[in-house]
Amino acid sequence: MTDILIYTILTLVVLGVVAAIVLYFVAQKFKVEEDPRIDIVEGMLPGANCGGCGYPGCRGLSEALVKSDSMDGLRCPVGGDSTMQKIGDFLEKTPAKSEPMIAVVRCAGNCSVRPKTTLYLGVQSCAVENAIFGGESGCSFGCLGKGDCANACSFGAIKINPETELPEVNPELCTACGACVKACPKNIIEIRKRGPKDRRVYVACSNKDKGAITRKVCSVGCIGCGKCVKTCPFEAITLTNNLAYIDHNKCRLCRKCVAECPVGAIQEINFPERKPAETTAQIN
Amino acid sequence: MLKSFTIGGIHPSENKLTADKAIENFPLPTKVVIQLNQNIGAPAQAVVKRGDKVLVGQLIGQSSNGLSCNIHSSVSGTVSSTDPVFDKGGRPVPAVTITVEGDQWDPSIDVSDTIIRNINIDSQEFFKRISEKGIVGMGGAMFPTFNKLSFPKGSGVDTLIVNGVECEPYLTADHRVMLEHGEEILIGTKLMQKAIGLKKIFIGIEENKPDAIEHLTELAKSYSDIEIVPLKLKYPQGGEKQLIESITGKQVPSGKLPSDIGVIVQNVSTVFAIYQAIQKNRPLIDRVVTITGKRLPHTGNFLVRLGTPIIDILNFAGFDANSQTAPYKVVSGGPMMGAAISNVESAVLKGTSGVLVLEDNDAIRHKELECIKCGKCIAACPMGLEPYLLFRLCELKRYDDLIANHIIDCIECGCCTFTCPAALPLLDQIRVGRALARKIASKK
Repeated sequence: MTDILIYTILTLVVLGVVAAIVLYFVAQKFKVEEDPRIDIVEGMLPGANCGGCGYPGCRGLSEALVKSDSMDGLRCPVGGDSTMQKIGDFLEKTPAKSEPMIAVVRCAGNCSVRPKTTLYLGVQSCAVENAIFGGESGCSFGCLGKGDCANACSFGAIKINPETELPEVNPELCTACGACVKACPKNIIEIRKRGPKDRRVYVACSNKDKGAITRKVCSVGCIGCGKCVKTCPFEAITLTNNLAYIDHNKCRLCRKCVAECPVGAIQEINFPERKPAETTAQIN
Repeated sequence: MLKSFTIGGIHPSENKLTADKAIENFPLPTKVVIQLNQNIGAPAQAVVKRGDKVLVGQLIGQSSNGLSCNIHSSVSGTVSSTDPVFDKGGRPVPAVTITVEGDQWDPSIDVSDTIIRNINIDSQEFFKRISEKGIVGMGGAMFPTFNKLSFPKGSGVDTLIVNGVECEPYLTADHRVMLEHGEEILIGTKLMQKAIGLKKIFIGIEENKPDAIEHLTELAKSYSDIEIVPLKLKYPQGGEKQLIESITGKQVPSGKLPSDIGVIVQNVSTVFAIYQAIQKNRPLIDRVVTITGKRLPHTGNFLVRLGTPIIDILNFAGFDANSQTAPYKVVSGGPMMGAAISNVESAVLKGTSGVLVLEDNDAIRHKELECIKCGKCIAACPMGLEPYLLFRLCELKRYDDLIANHIIDCIECGCCTFTCPAALPLLDQIRVGRALARKIASKK
């Protein structure tokens, strides 16, 4: 009886030792050389794995950061400039400075200005609704309000307001990772510059129909009249497919277009109230 | 024992309310809106401009390159606009709007009722004619018939199956076409036989249309190679792949086309349209539409000019939208595969087989519960897929797994959603996932 035990133990020990020796040499022979800095850089990143940088998770970005010669185009939108500076210092590369960005919703058609014409009772998902028809209101470009963007946000920065049925971005939480942009089947959400003091001007509409049609379905929709294009002193506004677009790189936040827009489709955020003189100019 | 397909299938209530109503002419509308994208593939290009006078049957949209088809005016009158209009889902599409003035037909079109039986057309002329006259599959998918029949010579296609199944509840348009234009359909099949060299022609009809089976069997006695096949009642027997299995016993392998196993399938209405295009020189400008609904005062089967606004049809049927208090649904096509119409200003297309008004309980969705893995959807799926699994994978957006589970084979028949005891929106999610999976698979 004890013999069997001894032989068994002995055989297993010998087998284990042989396997360990073989594995040791194999591990030496086929060793994967990995830059130890990758782990350190990954530790510096926020670890949200949101994919906002364009790489599959934080590990992917760390590898790219360590391997590439310059840090151009490699940026963690969540960590922002401070994180990139830290990583740059560690890797002895200069990070590309970029301005802070934020997601903006290019639709202001709430229930009172964009009345519903149909009733949708199906799955509460924008992607599904979009596959079936153009949307509950007459506007086939506007927000469906089912919250695919809110579900896609890893930071809880975007919420559907139950009253307006439109998404609202919380500027303190938004990291401009772009997950909502990808989730929106109507392509309404855009990543734009936050602007100085969080002030920004943008066209809150995505409707590409002709003005007469847009007007019928939504009272704050861009009708493509082109007044803003003419007013803008910096040539920042372009009109394509009956829809105005403000280039955030050229816009100097003068707000002349906001005053000029006949439907109020251009929105200004975080500006102080206008002086009375300006208000009269707006009426005239 | 009648034939049928072997995998899955369901039995929805038939509700064929209009089966015994003969085809009537639908009154001419005051304006028609003719969409230029009435086919799978690229839309046609408008060749008329505002203010032009057009005749019935005149070409107004020239097919673009690739998968596309010609569009003809269905009325005579003046072109009032060539601006985009909204389709049935409320999305802008290219279109030609025509104000109707009188009913002047293009003189080259034979409008008489006489049946032309002698067949003297060669293959080249046949293909030229069906492409010119804008024939598309009229079962609903609107696939250009020219492209469907253009397979390489020697590909071994020798069997034509004419789809007279009409397995969708409510719809009776194909049924009436078979009863009233039976001989034309048989001549249409003979035209195709001559042009593409077919050995055998089957016409599949479900057993709930005994009068059509009897009528066509009687007529087919004077034609060679045509066999009428009565089929057991089962949805979705009208699906191309299901019908092929029902009749020939052969299955179309995953990812292949029916022509790969030597079979082509055409809807009865398409065959009738082919007959009209070849023998009568008549383009596809009207079609039989079933107008139906449990509470509609005026239902029936009507020969409707393409481009007739849906709102005209609803008014004609006596449906008053303003007096509705509960949710209702207007569906283009049948209740299983048809799409709800959100824009009633949109028009009848080449693939609109019915306009159906669902009210009360039929119009609303039931409350969603949890999946209990009962497997009913798997038993019902006619393609042998696992809908509950695809549904979950779609929710999780796992497209590689979806492709591995053959989501692309789904025919979107809706059997799974119909049968689900938890009222899960299986097809809704699968449809979205399938579209994306197809895109991903085509890139690889």
